[in-house]
Amino acid sequence: MSDASFAALLELGAGAVLVCSVVTLWRRSLGAIVRVLSLQGAALGAVALVLGLHDHDGALVGVAVLVVAEKGVALPAMLMRLVARDPTSRELSPLVNVPASLVATGALTLLAFTVATPVVALVPTVAGRLAPLGLATMLIGLFAMAVRRKAVSQIVGLLLVDNGIALVAFLATGGFPLVVELGASLDVLLVVVVARVLGTRMHARFGVVDLDELRELHD
Amino acid sequence: MADLVLLIVIGAPLAASACSALCVWRRWVGWLGVAATVAVFAGGVTIAAKVAHGPAISALDGALRVDALSAVMIVVVALVGMLACIQSVRYIDAETGAGHCSRRHGSVYAALVQVFLAAMLLAVSAANLALVWVAIEATTIATTFLVGHRGTRRAVEASWKYIVICSVGIATAFLGTVLVYLAALHVGHGVHGSASLDWTVLVAESHRLDHGVMRLAFALLVLGYGTKVGLVPMHSWLPDAHSQAPAPVSALMSGVLLAVAFYAVLRFKVVADGALGPFFPRALLVTVGLLSLGVAASLLVAQRDYKRMLAYSSIEHMGLVALGAAAGTPFAIAAVLLHVLGHGLTKAVLFLGSGEILSSEGTSEIAQVRALLARRPGLGGIFGLGLVSLLGLPPFSLFVSELGMFRAEVDVGLGWAAGIALACMVVVFAAMTSHARQMLLGSLATSESAARTPRIVVVPLATALGACALLGVLAWPLTPLLEAAAKTVAL
Repeated sequence: MSDASFAALLELGAGAVLVCSVVTLWRRSLGAIVRVLSLQGAALGAVALVLGLHDHDGALVGVAVLVVAEKGVALPAMLMRLVARDPTSRELSPLVNVPASLVATGALTLLAFTVATPVVALVPTVAGRLAPLGLATMLIGLFAMAVRRKAVSQIVGLLLVDNGIALVAFLATGGFPLVVELGASLDVLLVVVVARVLGTRMHARFGVVDLDELRELHD
Repeated sequence: MADLVLLIVIGAPLAASACSALCVWRRWVGWLGVAATVAVFAGGVTIAAKVAHGPAISALDGALRVDALSAVMIVVVALVGMLACIQSVRYIDAETGAGHCSRRHGSVYAALVQVFLAAMLLAVSAANLALVWVAIEATTIATTFLVGHRGTRRAVEASWKYIVICSVGIATAFLGTVLVYLAALHVGHGVHGSASLDWTVLVAESHRLDHGVMRLAFALLVLGYGTKVGLVPMHSWLPDAHSQAPAPVSALMSGVLLAVAFYAVLRFKVVADGALGPFFPRALLVTVGLLSLGVAASLLVAQRDYKRMLAYSSIEHMGLVALGAAAGTPFAIAAVLLHVLGHGLTKAVLFLGSGEILSSEGTSEIAQVRALLARRPGLGGIFGLGLVSLLGLPPFSLFVSELGMFRAEVDVGLGWAAGIALACMVVVFAAMTSHARQMLLGSLATSESAARTPRIVVVPLATALGACALLGVLAWPLTPLLEAAAKTVAL
């Protein structure tokens, strides 16, 4: 792989991760949002694959396969089953409307570039310069969790946060040691399993997956 | 030999968990859990006796490493775990007896409690800071179903908030860990792979870590692990989860889970101190500590639910611990650890007592509980004495540790922060004594007679309070252990 094509592929992959997170805020249909999340998982896996091939790092190639299987296929499939139970399956009334959310993603991306200055300064490579995109994805995920009102949207937001952090880790450090990656992936998988069970339980018992209904506990 | 003991400490709850998961609930399943915590306690004391005077113990190719600080935490987890497991037997018996949960469900509860304990023990004995992260995340997964165990609408709401907010927090901590790893990769000369997240390596190389990245990393770590500690601004899950969880689970969460998350902050603080100097970590911890104290004090004043009252008091005490850690001298850290132990025991007693009050009175409203001392002298007495201990009155150990932390803060020029903290504590004191008076005092109505509290409740809880008082009067046998632990993480 030549240096120019390596840089181009890396930019394409990291850019796709960020664009997917913006699109999740643009779409209202929960089914579409989950499909975009699955695309993002695939893009994240592609970034890890390109890095692994370029650095001749076998472990990272293995991690890339794991990422695609987990974040591209398994997690979205689990969410899809939760979406299928929700009759409306649309994000009807987010706290912030869609145009304003898109403006916010622009602001959050700028913020990410500012905050990540020390990271870029420490790793002035092609990959290191793209690390702020991961931070931007994470911030957009946090924003999505704050303004969206469906249980599925909140889990999606959480996974955006997680994908963003994974992107930072791949680009800035070339990935964690394999053991840590495995432990972290297992934890994320279990969190989504638990959240899905809770979502199903809420649905079965109270007929809501809308978080505005959860307001009994407060001071 | 010593590494075998360490493996038993983590393996005992895992084995008990596997056994419980395979059976349906019988009383012996619950006592098996108690036996596991006793084994952990025995192992913890053995390890503590070794590391108080000698070098750290490693096991599993250096993946686990227990120094005096870890040993203190293991002992705290074991003690609170023992109390919680004994009361769990009673709790599940009552729930299955009343038909609120099936026998199968009861054994799942027992299994999850043991997984929760094992995850905390792993978190405090892992050498690698990424493994600490994995273990603390595992505690979230294990406890979510425990929080929602009662299956009511409120319990499900609390467990949803718990998993969402804590997952965000723990993700933030993960980014912080990634950045520490990044900084470690760039110190050069042979620090690479898993070694770059080994705590001892990081401490040794801390002065060479990149400033900008470490500053960002430590802020994210305090915010992220601070979520699990219950520090403001990420505390909002805590009162919901603590008030809805079954009493033994609340006791474990408040008594030790918060402290285990704080343990992670302490470990990273040493690295940050080395990289950035003491000013930045101190400023950050003082800020979150004072904010937590302020929020807890203001929300305690008009609190109507006694389990939420105890939850806000946990936020208050974690704020105090953060301030103590900010001071950071060996004396301050020893006081912080004594405070963690005293708070763990006291809060476990109070949450377990509040579970008894809830099951006998059928309400968690402060206003609807009255004359507890006259109507249920055993339970009321324990709850009252627990509150005395929690409010930091002598002879209990929280008095000694609070005094120690304040003295250390004044010594390093944080007297102003100690002053603000003291003002918040006066508010808390006034609020909680007035709530307690409402619940405890009053006389019997003519038709009533005093009810006995079962011995299985009174004996363990009274023993725990006795231990707190004893620790307050003479810090023996802990002094050498606390001093050794303080040395590992103090400035």
